[in-house]
Amino acid sequence: MAEKMTGAEIVIQALKDQGVEHIFGYPGGAVLPIYDAIFQQDKLEHILVRHEQGATHMAEGYARSTGKVGVVLVTSGPGATNAVTGLTDALLDSIPMVCLTGQVPTPLIGSDAFQECDTVGITRNCTKHNYLVKQVDELAQTIHEAFYIAASGRPGPVVIDIPKDVQFALGTYFKPTSQTDHQSYRPQTEGDLGAINEAVELMLNAQRPVFYTGGGVINAGPKASELLRELVELTGFPVTSTLMGLGAFPASDEKWLGMLGMHGTYEANLAMHDCDLMINIGARFDDRITGRIDAFSPNSTKVHVDIDPSSINKNVICDLPIIGDCEHVLEEMVRIWRTKTNAPRTDEIKPWLTKIADWKSVDCLRYEPSTDVIKPQFAIERLAEAVKDRDVYITTEVGQHQMWAAQYFPFEKPNRFMTSGGLGTMGYGLPAAVGVQVAHRDALVIDIAGEASVQMTMQEFSTAVQFRLPIKVFILNNEYMGMVRQWQELLHGSRYSQSYSQSIPDFVKLAEAMGGRGIRVEDPEKLDAAIAEMLDYDGPVLFDCRVSKQENCLPMIPSGKAHNEMILPDTADIGNIIDEKGKSLV
Amino acid sequence: MNPHLRASGSAYFLTKDTSEIERHTLSVLVDNEPGILARIAGLFSARGFNIDSLTVSETEHEKGLSRITVVTVASPKVLSQIKLQLERLIPVHKVHDLTAEGKALERELALVKVAGAGENRVETLRLAEAFRAQVVDASTESFVFEITGKPSKIEQFISLMVPLGLVEVVRTGLVAISRGPEGM
Ligand SMILES: Cc1cc2nc3c(=O)[nH]c(=O)nc-3n(C[C@H](O)[C@H](O)[C@H](O)COP(=O)(O)OP(=O)(O)OC[C@H]3O[C@@H](n4cnc5c(N)ncnc54)[C@H](O)[C@@H]3O)c2cc1C
Ligand SMILES: Cc1ncc(C[n+]2csc(CCOP(=O)(O)OP(=O)(O)O)c2C)c(N)n1
Ligand SMILES: [Mg+2]
Repeated sequence: MAEKMTGAEIVIQALKDQGVEHIFGYPGGAVLPIYDAIFQQDKLEHILVRHEQGATHMAEGYARSTGKVGVVLVTSGPGATNAVTGLTDALLDSIPMVCLTGQVPTPLIGSDAFQECDTVGITRNCTKHNYLVKQVDELAQTIHEAFYIAASGRPGPVVIDIPKDVQFALGTYFKPTSQTDHQSYRPQTEGDLGAINEAVELMLNAQRPVFYTGGGVINAGPKASELLRELVELTGFPVTSTLMGLGAFPASDEKWLGMLGMHGTYEANLAMHDCDLMINIGARFDDRITGRIDAFSPNSTKVHVDIDPSSINKNVICDLPIIGDCEHVLEEMVRIWRTKTNAPRTDEIKPWLTKIADWKSVDCLRYEPSTDVIKPQFAIERLAEAVKDRDVYITTEVGQHQMWAAQYFPFEKPNRFMTSGGLGTMGYGLPAAVGVQVAHRDALVIDIAGEASVQMTMQEFSTAVQFRLPIKVFILNNEYMGMVRQWQELLHGSRYSQSYSQSIPDFVKLAEAMGGRGIRVEDPEKLDAAIAEMLDYDGPVLFDCRVSKQENCLPMIPSGKAHNEMILPDTADIGNIIDEKGKSLV
Repeated sequence: MNPHLRASGSAYFLTKDTSEIERHTLSVLVDNEPGILARIAGLFSARGFNIDSLTVSETEHEKGLSRITVVTVASPKVLSQIKLQLERLIPVHKVHDLTAEGKALERELALVKVAGAGENRVETLRLAEAFRAQVVDASTESFVFEITGKPSKIEQFISLMVPLGLVEVVRTGLVAISRGPEGM
């Protein structure tokens, strides 16, 4: 027998039945009934944020590090509009999220009522799907469906807009039921066996193969990463990954080429350029990867495994599409491979592996060491060394430090690297770290930050203090919006228009004012001790690491260039590299 | 030696799509729910797809389904994206490219108001009859015609009405259905 309860109670019950334990939110008039229902229970923990954007990034960090759906609760009007950046971020990076927004009472919708905004209109194009629930009896099923849509297929954010009168109204609660018979939404998870067989056949005959893996492997869950490792072991093929896929394959493995793309390694990009078989598993041929499409891996046969049919042939025409979930497809590939051979093809592809070894010997991530000033790359290397035996999760902001984190921090496991790849949202990392820490209370969670980005969502440090979440904010403070400065050096004659970080707060005092610990270090000799102090402190830390100010993030494939035309670290002056045509098109 | 030091006549990766542009009629079966039209139209505008014509109406009341007919102009690559992106929308059940699937039946309805007197009225009626346009309203100095047919027929009729006193026209936009026994 279905139970009667208020809309607000239905919300709480539905969340509980969906296995939700944490909600990131901020109250306001249009969600007060739901907050009242939260008050009267103690199963769901509500994390009170300082700004709704923070709640969305926390939910993203939470989701990415657990594989669960992140849940956000905000009020109407400004609450909903503040959530838009995080929703868009989650859409671009395929992060499962359910965001509940309050709405003015149904009779007032459209009247420009107090704190009214057209939430479903505003979020239509930045969500996987959204709903306005006008009948309380539809509320429970809508919430259950929202969770299913957010988490299945290609994951993404879903908004449920709930008018205040619906929260007060008495209605019927329905328990979750299987959603797989949904009328119009049926993601395809099983790849076509014929196509998978064909892919294995191509792999058995390839002379210069490379695996190009992406966020889809992470989305598919930890089993997919294990299967990827197994397949690489079986084949002996080299592997590279996008920013979003880091950790799916261990950085310590000799078959690992490092990240590819604009700031990827020389060996990864040249392997992509020269390969004869590219096996894309859960990556979407983003423009940071392909560079010039007409010069992208000109002589390869391309296999593309993706759960979203619209990713196929969107940017790059592929020869063999396989639509399905990475886990399933990898499992089949492993199985079929085993029926064909037991030996990896290491000997057959020896010339290719030798060529790759040559490229590796270029040592594209080398940098000029210094004894007077901390090099940002060095800071990350020391950080990685200090935490190598710990259970560690890394988030980042956006900029050079993000790329350095990707290049110099060795990721060994999936779900350990949370970063804003598609939207590139400065201010993502600190709240994301809070979200990760909520899910993993005993783990070490570090936001590798830039001094500019961190100021965008700095106030969430206070959330970390309130909930005793000992996040470490490792700021590579170069006193510049370094990534912007680098592009200005590259394209605009080093005219650093508005990219100097003026009036940076005293991060040490700021941390203390907010109730955490602040640590500053400038001397490379003292770096290790300072990092140890940060790790020893049992609470949130702002770590102000003063680094060299005009370091460039290299290697880099400049705009207008192909993969085999990248800038390596021995380039002193990057200002003359891009021709006029490239400049006008950045 | 850094490869970038070699001269390169490269362009940026904005390679122009040089393939032929085609006009296609798509039939989209959707849940008839609030905002569905905004979802479809929003997708087209957000991704820079063209809409030449769009019609929508409920077709299966008990199931709450509507049929949307969209006419678009795009290269084959973009056409495939349009179809796949439409299919990604949750309330979309099916998308058929009627043009690609064979010659579809395409019809449009227009109401055409013509005002005039004397010889012109006679000529107007004569032409209307030739085009099988029905008189649905008449006054001593005007007619409203209802005409259905292929868009080309309607266009021809309208252009003939211009010198005879065309006042205004409303058109429904195209509806289309596949030939033969199979449904969508
Ligand atoms: C300043 C800056 C610089 C950057 N530079 C680089 C760079 O040098 N290199 C780089 O790699 N990135 C870089 N990025 C990130 C880049 O913008 C993209 O976000 C990233 O490359 C996309 O990764 P992805 O292809 O793995 O796709 P994701 O965005 O992770 O998408 C995943 C793909 O897998 C599919 N998928 C999802 N779930 C599944 C599943 N279960 N099974 C199968 N398929 C699934 C999806 O449909 C999608 O097509 C940069 C970002 C910033 C902000
Ligand atoms: C919200 C937002 N605004 C603007 C940008 C453009 N942008 C990209 S990187 C960057 C500078 C980041 O500076 P900082 O955080 O100090 O990192 P650094 O590059 O110095 O490591 C800017 C402004 C962005 N990505 N996000
Ligand atoms: Mg900076």
